[in-house]
Amino acid sequence: MAWDMLPMLAVMLPVLAMVAAVPLGARGAERLTLAYAPVGLALAIGIMLVVQLGGVPIRQELGHWAPPLGIAFRADGLAAAMLLTAALIIGAIAIFARADFGTAAGAAERRQAFAFWPLLLGLWAAINLAVVANDLFTLYVALELLTFAAMPLVCLDGSRATLQAALRYLMFALLGSVLYLLGVALIYGSAGTLDIVLLAQRVRGDIPVMIAIAVMTAGLLAKTALLPLHLWLPPAHAGAPAAASAVLSALVVKGSFVLVLRLWFGVMARVPMPDAAQILAGLGAAAILLGSVAALGQARLKLLVAYSTVAQIGYLFLMFPLLAASAGEVAAKAWTGGVVQAVSHAFAKAAMFLAAGIMAARFGHDRIADLSGAGRAMPVTLLTFALAGLSLMGVPPSGGFAAKWLLLSAAIGAGQWWWALVILGGGLLTGGYVYRVLAMGLRAGDPAPEPAPVAWQRDGIALALALVSVVLGFLPLAAFGLVQIGRLDVSP
Amino acid sequence: MTGTIFGLVGAALIGIGLFGMLVRRDALLRILSFNLLGGGVFLVFGAVARRGAGAGFGGDPVPQAIILTGIVVAFAATTLAVALVLRLAAAKDRA
Amino acid sequence: MIPALAADGLLAAGILALALGCVATRRAFASAALFIAYGLLLALAWARLDAPDVALTEASIGAGLSGVLLLGGVRRLEGLAEPSPDAETGPLLTILIGIGCAALTVAIGAAVLLLPDPTPSLAPQVAANLATTDLGNPVTAVLMSFRALDTLLESAVVLLAVVCVWALTPEGGWGGVAGLRQPVVRDGPLALLARVLPPLGIVIAIHILWVGADAPGGKFQAAAVLAAMWLMPWMAGLAPAPRIDARWLRLVLAAGPALFILIGLGGALAEGAFLAYPPGWAKPLILAIEIVLTASIAVALALLVMGPPEPPR
Repeated sequence: MAWDMLPMLAVMLPVLAMVAAVPLGARGAERLTLAYAPVGLALAIGIMLVVQLGGVPIRQELGHWAPPLGIAFRADGLAAAMLLTAALIIGAIAIFARADFGTAAGAAERRQAFAFWPLLLGLWAAINLAVVANDLFTLYVALELLTFAAMPLVCLDGSRATLQAALRYLMFALLGSVLYLLGVALIYGSAGTLDIVLLAQRVRGDIPVMIAIAVMTAGLLAKTALLPLHLWLPPAHAGAPAAASAVLSALVVKGSFVLVLRLWFGVMARVPMPDAAQILAGLGAAAILLGSVAALGQARLKLLVAYSTVAQIGYLFLMFPLLAASAGEVAAKAWTGGVVQAVSHAFAKAAMFLAAGIMAARFGHDRIADLSGAGRAMPVTLLTFALAGLSLMGVPPSGGFAAKWLLLSAAIGAGQWWWALVILGGGLLTGGYVYRVLAMGLRAGDPAPEPAPVAWQRDGIALALALVSVVLGFLPLAAFGLVQIGRLDVSP
Repeated sequence: MTGTIFGLVGAALIGIGLFGMLVRRDALLRILSFNLLGGGVFLVFGAVARRGAGAGFGGDPVPQAIILTGIVVAFAATTLAVALVLRLAAAKDRA
Repeated sequence: MIPALAADGLLAAGILALALGCVATRRAFASAALFIAYGLLLALAWARLDAPDVALTEASIGAGLSGVLLLGGVRRLEGLAEPSPDAETGPLLTILIGIGCAALTVAIGAAVLLLPDPTPSLAPQVAANLATTDLGNPVTAVLMSFRALDTLLESAVVLLAVVCVWALTPEGGWGGVAGLRQPVVRDGPLALLARVLPPLGIVIAIHILWVGADAPGGKFQAAAVLAAMWLMPWMAGLAPAPRIDARWLRLVLAAGPALFILIGLGGALAEGAFLAYPPGWAKPLILAIEIVLTASIAVALALLVMGPPEPPR
C-alpha cells in the first residue's frame, strides 16, 4: 500500500459515495453512509499516523503531473488534525441522524431522507478536500462543494423561516466564493502558478498580490462568519435540524477558516502582514465579546448556541497577529492554540447542538425560560451541555482550556497582552450564558414527556462528542506537535 | 492590448455586479447581479490568459480551462439560487 | 491595429452599457432580457480574447441556459406573489455602497494594469506536454489530463446541485415530475423551433463533443446544447419532464462522475497516481469519460433549469 494514496482516498471515496447515493435512493444511501463512516475514520487515523511518524506532509501529484502544470494533494499536520475531527464528528452525526432521516425497509422515499445522506457525504468530501488540496482553484471548487452541501441542510424542514435563512446564507456564500476566485485570477497572473507550496517561494508583496489577498480574505471571512459578516449564521445554524446544525457549526465554517490560514501562512509565508493581522484579530475580539453578549440575551436555546459559534469563531483569529509578529516557540504556541481551538470547538459545538436538539425534541420547544425540570428528566443531556460549555469557557482540564491557554501565553510572549484580556473576558461571558441554561435546567419543574426509544443512543453520541472536547485537554502538549508538521511559514 | 481592455471591463463589471448585489432588494435582481460580478471575475482571468499567450497558443490554456469550469459552477449556483427564491415566494404565497 | 482596437472598444462599451442597464432597471423581466444580450456580447469578447472554448461555453451556458432560467424565474414570480414589499435601499447607503464598489473597481483595474509584463504563463509547459495526451486541443488537455481533478470535482458539484434543487421540493411533490407542467404551445416561434431545432441541435452537439479533443468544443458545450434541445420542446409542452424518482434518470446522472472516479482510481492502481492514464490509453479513456459525462451533465443541466417537482394542484 502506497501511503501517498491516503489523502486522495479520503477525498475521492466520499465523493464516489455521494455520487452512488443518488441512484441508490434514501435507504441505500443511508446504509452506504453508515458503512463508509468507519472506512473514512480509518483513513483519517492512517493519515494522522503517517504524518506523525514520518514528520513530513503526505504528497501526491495527481496524474503524475507536477505543479505548476498539475495539481498536488498535500496533507500536513493541520490537515491530518482536521481530517480526523471531520471523520469522528460526521460518523457520530450519521448514527445520530438515523432517527430523523432513516428509511425503514419497504417504506416510501421521503424528500429529507433522500437529500440528507448525499449532502452529508458531499460535505465530508468538501471538508477533506479543503484541507488537503494544495491548489488555489481546486480549493475554490472545494468551497463551492461545501456551500452546495451546506445550504440545503439549513432549510431541510422547508419552513418559510429556514428558506429565508438559507437564501441569505447562499448569497453571502456565493459572494464570498466569487471574491475568492477574483483573487485566484490575480495571483495566477502575478506568479504563474496556483500551487501553494510554489507560491510560498515565489510570492513577494507586489500590489496585485496584496489586492488579491485582501479580496480573498474578505470573501473567506464572509463564509467563516467573522463579525461583522456573521449576520447570516445565527438564523441558518439555529433553524436547521439538530444533526445539520452540528455539522454546520462544527465543521463548515472551519473549512473556509483553514483556507484563510493557507493564504496568510502559506501563500504569504514570506510576506508577514502584522498590521492587517491586528485588524483581523480586532474583528475576532469584537466577535468574542459581542457574540457572547448576544448569546446571553437569547431567549431560545438553539439561537444561544448559534451566537456562541459567532463568539468562538472570534478566538480563531487571535492567532494571526501573534504569528505575524513573532517566531520560534511563541509562534508555534499561537499556531497550535488556534488549531486546537478549531478542533475542540468543533467537538464541543457539535455536542452542544445535539444536546439542544434532544432537549427541543423532548420539550417540543427550545425556550430557555421553560426548560426547568430538564435536569431531572434528562440528566445526561444536561451533563453533555455542561461539559461542552466547560470546554468552550476554557475551564481546565479541557480542549478549550488547552487552546485558550496556548493563545494566552503566546499573546504574553509576543508582548500583545491586550489579546489575553479578551480571552479572559470572553471566558467569563461564556460562563455566563452556559450557566443561564444550566441554572434553568436544574430548577424543579413539570416532568417532560417520555423520551423516544432511541433516546439513550442519541444521548450517548452527544455525550461522547462532549467528552472528546474535554479529553483533548488531558493530552500532553507534545501530542499537539502533529499540527506543526509542514507549516510553510517556518523556514525549512 | 485586447487583454488589458477586457481586463478593465472585468474590473468595471465587478463593481457594477457588487453594487447590484448589495443595493437591490429584489432577490432575482441580486442573482442577476451576482452573475454580472462573476462575468467580471472571469474576464479578469481571461485578461490574464490572453496576456499569457505563447508557444503557439492565442492564450494560456490553463486559465482558459479554469474559466470554463468556473462558468459551469457559477451556472449551477445560479440555478440553486433561483430555485430557492421561487420556493420562498411560493411559501409566502401560501402563508 | 486601429480597427481591431475600435472593435474592442465598441464591444467593451456595449457590455458595460448592458450590465449597467441590468442593474439600473427595476423590472426583473427587462433586466433578464438585457442579461441575455450581455451574455452574447460577452461570448464575442471571449472570441476576441482568443478563447473559443470559453466563448462557446459562455454563449451556451452563460447566455443561453442562464437566460432561459432567469426568464422562466421572472415569469413564475409574476404569477406567484406581489412584488417584493421590502423597502429599497436608502439614498445615503446607496451612495456609500456605490463609492465602495467604485473603489473596488479602481483597485482591480490597477491590479490588472500592474500585472507583471510579460505575464507568467503555463502555455509553454502545456505545449511541451500536449503530445503525451494525444489531444490536439490544449484546453481539453488541461481539463482532462493536467487538471483533470477539477473537472471531475466539477461534475460532482453539478450532480450535488441537482440534489440541492430537488431538496427544495415543496410538501407533497416528492417523486413527481421535475418542474412545472408546461402547457402545449401550438403556434408561434417556440412551437416551430421546438419541432425543428432538436434533431439539428443533437447533431451539432455530437459534433462539438467529437471535435472537442482536437478543436474548440467539448463535453460542457455539447451537454449545454443537448440540454437546450430537451428544454425547448419541454417548454413548448411537447416533451415530458422525467419523474425524479425514475431509476434510469438517477443512473444517468451518476454514471459520468462515477466512471470518471473509477478510471481515476484505476490509474492509482495501475500507474501509482490518481487520474494517471496508462501510456497509449490516454485518448481512448478520455473519450470514454467525455461521452458518458456529456450525457450525465446534459441531463443534470436540463433538470437544474426545470427545477424541483411541484405538488399537483
